[in-house]
Amino acid sequence: MNLTLKVWRQRGPTADGGLQEYQATDISPEMSFLEMLDTVNERLIAKGEVPIAFDHDCREGICGSCGMMIDGVAHGPMKGTATCQLHMRSFKDGDTVVIEPWRARAFPVIKDLVVDRGALDRIIGAGGYVSVSTGGAKDGNIIPVPKSDADWAMDAAACIGCGACVAACPNGSASLFTSAKLSHLGLLPQGQPERYRRALKMVAQMDIESFGGCTLYGECQEACPKDISIDFISRMNRDFLYAAVTTSADSGAGGDGG
Amino acid sequence: MPLELKSKVPAGPLPEKWDRHRFDMKLVNPANKRKYTVIVVGSGLAGGAAAATLSELGYNVRCYCYQDSPRRAHSIAAQGGINAAKNYQNDGDSIQRLFYDTIKGGDFRAREGNVYRLAQISVNIIDQCVAQGVPFAREYGGLLANRSFGGAQVSRTFYARGQTGQQLLLGAYQALEKEIDRGGVLMFPRAEMLDLIVVNGRARGIVVRDEVTGTIEPHLADAVVLATGGYGNVFYLSTNAKGCNATAIWRAYKRGAAFANPCFTQIHPTCIPVAGDYQSKLTLMSESLRNDGRVWVPARKEDCGKAPGDVAEADRDYFLERKYPSFGNLSPRDIASRAAKEVCDEGRGVGPGGRGVYLDFADAIRRAGEDRIRERYGNLFEMYQRITDENPYHVPMRIYPAVHYTMGGLWVDYNLMSNIPGLHVAGEANFSDHGANRLGASALMQGLADGYFVLPNTLGDYLASNKLEPVATDAPEVVAAVADVATRTARLLGVKGTRTVASFHRELGKIMWEYCGMARSAEGLRTALELIPKLRAEFWRDVMVPGEGTELNQTLEHAGRVADFLELGELMCRDALHREESCGGHFRLEHQTPDGEARRDDDRFAYVAAWEYAGNDAPAVLSKEPLVYENIKLSQRSYK
Repeated sequence: MNLTLKVWRQRGPTADGGLQEYQATDISPEMSFLEMLDTVNERLIAKGEVPIAFDHDCREGICGSCGMMIDGVAHGPMKGTATCQLHMRSFKDGDTVVIEPWRARAFPVIKDLVVDRGALDRIIGAGGYVSVSTGGAKDGNIIPVPKSDADWAMDAAACIGCGACVAACPNGSASLFTSAKLSHLGLLPQGQPERYRRALKMVAQMDIESFGGCTLYGECQEACPKDISIDFISRMNRDFLYAAVTTSADSGAGGDGG
Repeated sequence: MPLELKSKVPAGPLPEKWDRHRFDMKLVNPANKRKYTVIVVGSGLAGGAAAATLSELGYNVRCYCYQDSPRRAHSIAAQGGINAAKNYQNDGDSIQRLFYDTIKGGDFRAREGNVYRLAQISVNIIDQCVAQGVPFAREYGGLLANRSFGGAQVSRTFYARGQTGQQLLLGAYQALEKEIDRGGVLMFPRAEMLDLIVVNGRARGIVVRDEVTGTIEPHLADAVVLATGGYGNVFYLSTNAKGCNATAIWRAYKRGAAFANPCFTQIHPTCIPVAGDYQSKLTLMSESLRNDGRVWVPARKEDCGKAPGDVAEADRDYFLERKYPSFGNLSPRDIASRAAKEVCDEGRGVGPGGRGVYLDFADAIRRAGEDRIRERYGNLFEMYQRITDENPYHVPMRIYPAVHYTMGGLWVDYNLMSNIPGLHVAGEANFSDHGANRLGASALMQGLADGYFVLPNTLGDYLASNKLEPVATDAPEVVAAVADVATRTARLLGVKGTRTVASFHRELGKIMWEYCGMARSAEGLRTALELIPKLRAEFWRDVMVPGEGTELNQTLEHAGRVADFLELGELMCRDALHREESCGGHFRLEHQTPDGEARRDDDRFAYVAAWEYAGNDAPAVLSKEPLVYENIKLSQRSYK
């Protein structure tokens, strides 16, 4: 099949960018979307032109590196699918496809489709962990965890940190990402001692990183390649409110466990 | 002159070695730890765990990864699980049994002392990860669940759905982010190590290219840890992430570090078959699927074109169950891969090109119900369907072996230190624990054992035992290493030829897969040893790398990695040619039993082959570390 691509090209962080048109010819419907871009890039390189830069790595939908707006939709038309696992059978011969980088204030463009998502790492660094050092942990079976809690925590922990939720949100909010980590840890007994302190610190970091606020549009859930539920945002808001009225992040005291 | 390779495995009974060693090692006073700087290259299970733990202990850590975030290291893609000798299932497991299974699984080509330590530490890893909040699968009673994996007859694999690597890595990553936030770790994402800096015979730093700005700079420290993963991408098509590369360990090799057993590569039996020439990578289907899936092909060639449902039960050949009745579909990876290749070579393969076998869940779905199967493997089934557009609940999966893991790597002693003092190597990047074949669910175990528990101990001993003078950034060794990297980068950009980097990579991959893949022969390896240098010469004459060095340039990054693969591939073939035996993943057609199994030659080859760089135009020099078995008897490996 043959497609027309309109791809965002931007030389560097401070350069002006714009959409540029490319013909993607002889594309097999069995190709992944990134293999289609590889093909276009190899043809550009053979002509001595600079190929389209995009982040990618595992190409199995788990590392979270890839991600682009495809016809205005984060990760493209197939629900619950990262860009690397989207296949060209989702497109038709003759289609025009517009490809842009994640658009969010907190994700500055580095080059073409590559953006800086370091803000997400800093949100985790603000409190997205259990404060245990290596060594000294007791036997793993000492604290039983109800299967339903473990499963629910895993639903949240499945987040791959790709940033699609931010890109899809009209406010550029990182609430789905943050709430997924808060819920993963907050649903497990190991995460209880720091539960409320963690909520305060991670939410505060979101604000520092200039992510927008959540007004429950729900676009994030639609864009998430791992189908992470917006219900986790409600959990986050509950924990945050509880924490805000009972403690402060600076005191480090945490809540009483509710 | 051959190197003298001292394994430094402590004396004494196996179960006491590690404890005794920990007591004998020197300690760094807590107040002095902050005076030391340690470089950790790589942020996967081994590197991330080491960086976080070393920082918790008080060292200044600098951690580097080529991805945009440490959370993206390829450990994240491990699906099935992590082994530990917990014996929670009361099915006869023990440290001794995990030790024995691992040594036997590696076809008796790993060190006893290292593997025993790994089995001992395995139980601490699970405890540590649970404490971090890793959401392992649980039984209804709230206790940890286990599943079975290849090469073992006990159920000792812990898992988090089909995303165990992801969850373990996120545990290590969260610990790392905690330390970054505290200021103990300085993190350098989008940074690629392009050389090792050796001063007065000791590893004292690395040369790093900032991938965004293109700046090439030296980073100095008191010790260096390489945890940069394996080199499976030398085959172009593999289950590795696209960015996985050998550059860090290869540049260390060219600075004097010995490369051990480079030909020991693992071909994983259950991957989605190649679909076309445009294919950029292969996708693994977790070995855990073989718990419930049955592997078969039609018994007769004539039936291969039929839809699987139209092949009657009696006309199917469940070849793993037939050949290996006691392990059946859970035979180890090397054995299962070869068996699949064999039936396809006989013309009984299925799917496009006849390069595939069925992995069929119909019986399991009948027995346990579709819901149970969905609960166990749902995400893997979805992944399969997304890629192939076929529904594995209704038709069997098609699978074929693919390159997955490299057991070889930089040579290290019991302390995980290479023959260059101060250069430590952890995880898949070293050669240490898996011999000639790795068992499933053992890579995660080794990465975390090295990172959380071994290195934080042994690195302290190195720092406490040696007087390390400060190194100036304008020291001649530092200036020379930076200049080498700059020259090489300029050279790659300067060729401005006609062929793409990817086309060279694909061609190298084809040579490696054909001659140094699942079955190797002296003749084939000699052919490869002629082809690879020619391809390498053509690469440096005709490669096209557009763009500049002073910007984000992914083609330039790829070119540097492929240039190194073009050298490493040759060493792999040389090693495979010299090892005149079959063992584990290394199968030499000349050395097989009458029924087609691998035939080892313990009299001549019970050693680690460590290769030393001797200049661009001279063949590498072989040194041997004999493998001494004091506790187990070497036997013909049988899974029948």
